Amino acid sequence: MTRRGSVPATPGARAVLNGDRRALARLITRVEGRDPSVVPTLRSLYPRTGRARVVGLTGPLGVGKSSLINALLQHLRAEGHQVAVVAVDPTSPFSGGSVLGDRIRLDRRADDTGVFIRSMASRGHSGGVAAATREVVRLLDAAGFDVVLVETVGSGQVDVEIRDIASTSIVVLVPHLGDEVQTLKAGLFEIADVFCVNKGDLPGAESASRDLLELAGLGPGREGWRPKVVTTSARDGTGIAPLWAAVNAHETYLDSDGRRAAGERRRLGHELVELVRERVARDLEERLDSDVEVGTLLDQLATRAIDPYVAAERLFATLRADPTGPKE
Amino acid sequence: MPRPAKASPIRVLIAKPGLDGHDRGAKVVARALRDAGMEVIYAGLRQTPEDIVSAAIEEDVDLIGLSCLSGAHMALFPRVLALLRLQKVKDVPVFAGGIIPDEDARKLKKLGVRAVFGPGTSLEEIVTTARAIARRAQ
Ligand code: B12
Ligand SMILES: Nc1nc2c(ncn2[C@@H]2O[C@H](COP(=O)(O)OP(=O)(O)OP(=O)(O)O)[C@@H](O)[C@H]2O)c(=O)[nH]1
Ligand SMILES: [Mg+2]
Repeated sequence: MTRRGSVPATPGARAVLNGDRRALARLITRVEGRDPSVVPTLRSLYPRTGRARVVGLTGPLGVGKSSLINALLQHLRAEGHQVAVVAVDPTSPFSGGSVLGDRIRLDRRADDTGVFIRSMASRGHSGGVAAATREVVRLLDAAGFDVVLVETVGSGQVDVEIRDIASTSIVVLVPHLGDEVQTLKAGLFEIADVFCVNKGDLPGAESASRDLLELAGLGPGREGWRPKVVTTSARDGTGIAPLWAAVNAHETYLDSDGRRAAGERRRLGHELVELVRERVARDLEERLDSDVEVGTLLDQLATRAIDPYVAAERLFATLRADPTGPKE
Repeated sequence: MPRPAKASPIRVLIAKPGLDGHDRGAKVVARALRDAGMEVIYAGLRQTPEDIVSAAIEEDVDLIGLSCLSGAHMALFPRVLALLRLQKVKDVPVFAGGIIPDEDARKLKKLGVRAVFGPGTSLEEIVTTARAIARRAQ
């Protein structure tokens, strides 16, 4: 049975579906490198995606995101889940390099094929993830991991883009983060489905979670959902089961009244716009140097015969009239 | 999907096998490689050879760097090389550093470790070597 619009599986896609971890890892590298030759494989895997629970963990530097992922890993493996982790760290704007250190916190048996951990550098992308994070998550989904945990950069800013990738987002905070919570507040409730007050073994955790509960109660609640507040200690394992229960509660909420489908539609909409934007930008940049029509527009702009707004409209009109049509 | 603006950075795994707690050198090397524009997956202390090989596969690195100052290098490094062969990872080179007597360094190189550096090696030399031997040399 072939679905309409489905694409024959490429050798890369077949390897991933057969559980070949090296093939998966190499495919991820090519997706990260924005290698266009990988598109047929991504296309053929797309029908196999959309099954994984994608859970984001975001929050300021050093609050324990990786340690929590480690604790969740143990919990989820014990429940029989296949778990993938994508941990994003910042790229240095000066050297273009980065040290990806989240793996230090992740203990797992080397021979446990039910776990796959991948570190990613942000490569200049803002928003707390890398440009390719969504596609990498999708590959892991296709590979059969039913839970994908995504750790954002943890810049101290609110890493909003996780909303476009994860179906449930956990905002991790720690006791005595008063001022930081104040500055984050505006964005916090846009993101948080679950607040996690980690380092609950340290003093002040109780009052921090009380404050958050109060804040969560004051807010409008996103789409009728009031964020849950859970206190944890990744150090001694306290609160990990309740944390996952809170994630599940949100996922169950999404399953009611078609909310999941609506959220998915919104995320796909953003992705579609982004893909078209990339495509159009690439097209136009190429034409900037070679196209006679564009050359004329540029000449007219330079001599002030026309203004940039009119030029943009004319250029856009040529795009709409492009007779080459959609390409397979 | 847009074309890459430039070639993807070299990805390097830096790990400390065994129980050795001397991690200063490994961290210094990790930072130097980062400053040279590479993506360094720092796996940290107490890694088994199995951990190191499975991390190298998942992270699809172009180079593996091992650091050992405890004297256990002859037990640990060859095991990493053997496991790589077992997993059919043939194109990912290994280099190393720490307190490694010359004679051991020679033996390790015979076994396939591409370069071995001792105390006082300049970071420049390490970076140059990394660039030259990485799978996707740049
Ligand atoms: C600082 C130090 C410590 C610190 C470590 C702090 C830390 N977090 O790293 C402390 C005080 C904790 C410590 C403890 C011990 N130490 Co100590 N320590 C040293 C010392 C003085 C310097 C090491 C160092 O940090 N150098 C600076 C870094 C930058 O240099 P480096 O690691 O050599 O790295 C360079 C190169 O080797 C290379 N390199 C290193 N790794 C890698 C990896 C790659 C991929 C590459 C390409 C290159 C590379 O590049 C780096 C830059 O040039 C050395 C002596 C010495 N001169 O080396 C002893 C030494 C390593 N320690 C030693 C010992 C015995 C111990 C203890 C067992 C002592 C004890 N009895 O308690 C404990 C064990 C601790 C443990 N858990 O493992 C011995 C080891 C003997 C041996 N191998 O046969 C040494 C050699 C001292 C000696 N002469 O006896 N130590
Ligand atoms: N006391 C205590 N310390 C913790 C807890 N969870 C994490 N830590 C410590 O906090 C530090 C940072 O933990 P990570 O898990 O690396 O935090 P992170 O948020 O992933 O950090 P970045 O990725 O650098 O932003 C480490 O020293 C951990 O041991 C906890 O529940 N209690
Ligand atoms: Mg982390």
